[in-house]
Amino acid sequence: MTRFAALLASFALVLAAGSAAQDSSRLTGPTPFTQAPPAAPLPPPVKDDLRRQRNYPEQPPVIPHAIEGYEISINANKCMSCHARKFTEQSQAPMISVTHYQDRVGNTLGGLAPRRYACTTCHVSQAQVTPLVGNGFVDMDDLGETDRRPRRQP
Amino acid sequence: MRAAVARGLAWVRANPWFRIAVSPPRALSLAFLTLGGFLAGVAFWGAFNTVLEATNTERFCISCHEMQSNVYAELKGTIHWANRSGVRATCPDCHVPHEWTSKIARKMQASKEVWGHLFGRIDTREKFVALRRHLAENEWARMKANNSLECRNCHSADSMDITRQAPRAAAAHERFLFPGERTCIDCHKGIAHRLPDMAGVEGWN
Repeated sequence: MTRFAALLASFALVLAAGSAAQDSSRLTGPTPFTQAPPAAPLPPPVKDDLRRQRNYPEQPPVIPHAIEGYEISINANKCMSCHARKFTEQSQAPMISVTHYQDRVGNTLGGLAPRRYACTTCHVSQAQVTPLVGNGFVDMDDLGETDRRPRRQP
Repeated sequence: MRAAVARGLAWVRANPWFRIAVSPPRALSLAFLTLGGFLAGVAFWGAFNTVLEATNTERFCISCHEMQSNVYAELKGTIHWANRSGVRATCPDCHVPHEWTSKIARKMQASKEVWGHLFGRIDTREKFVALRRHLAENEWARMKANNSLECRNCHSADSMDITRQAPRAAAAHERFLFPGERTCIDCHKGIAHRLPDMAGVEGWN
């Protein structure tokens, strides 16, 4: 009897797993997961050089130019050829934030901190594409409280 | 000293091969010698240029495994390997001058690379990576000295329409390229191969 119950339970588990797989197909598109359709071509990156608004103050600014072929390795960091402090005059690019000069215990260093070296971990270029899933993000300014100035004491 | 020179000259004069070389021919006609010499010259020149061109192909370059598995492998995937218009740059397009005199000069320099191949200066990946900065500096210096001639064989500043470039590229070319303040290689390093350790290179952090 217990064996029969175990069999039933495992059968139910297989069914549940099957329905979960059907759910996940909504993300992968109409093609069944057993087939491998050719990858869609990569969309061209946004390269109008216009700075984008940040959705919240701590958001890493996104990259409004192409970065294809820019080497970020142990040998070289191409981003820093324009965004380092000493090159911003000739490149007219925004300087890396001062937070990037601090190591993880808060010591301010003379230049880019090692933990900030891999730029594309946080900063990414953009492309005109339709998002695969919806996004319910609401800007803080749209939450109703419009006037954020401190009230003066009468 | 004078006696030694006189002795040497006497030996040359007494040499039977020298006597044959400087005495007029007895059996061969003037027409045979002039036309034959001309044809031999054509054959020699043709063979010379054929071999020169054969050593100026990508197939020849990557016949050495040092080139095939390091720089050639790195070229794949860059814009000079595949792009929307299908124009490809091969090794000699960038690394051998197209003009004859400079080409011969570069070919003579390249004989050192044969030496390096025979004695295995970069016959492992580790040796190649260790020497990469030195190799790259050679190429940067060469392109800096000839004002990036090999780039300009295809990319002409006169034909460059900066209104069709991204604003960032247009501004940089207008400010640095057109007045001649910088040359191509000053900014465009590492576009076809991976970079060496760039510590201390001008323009790199």
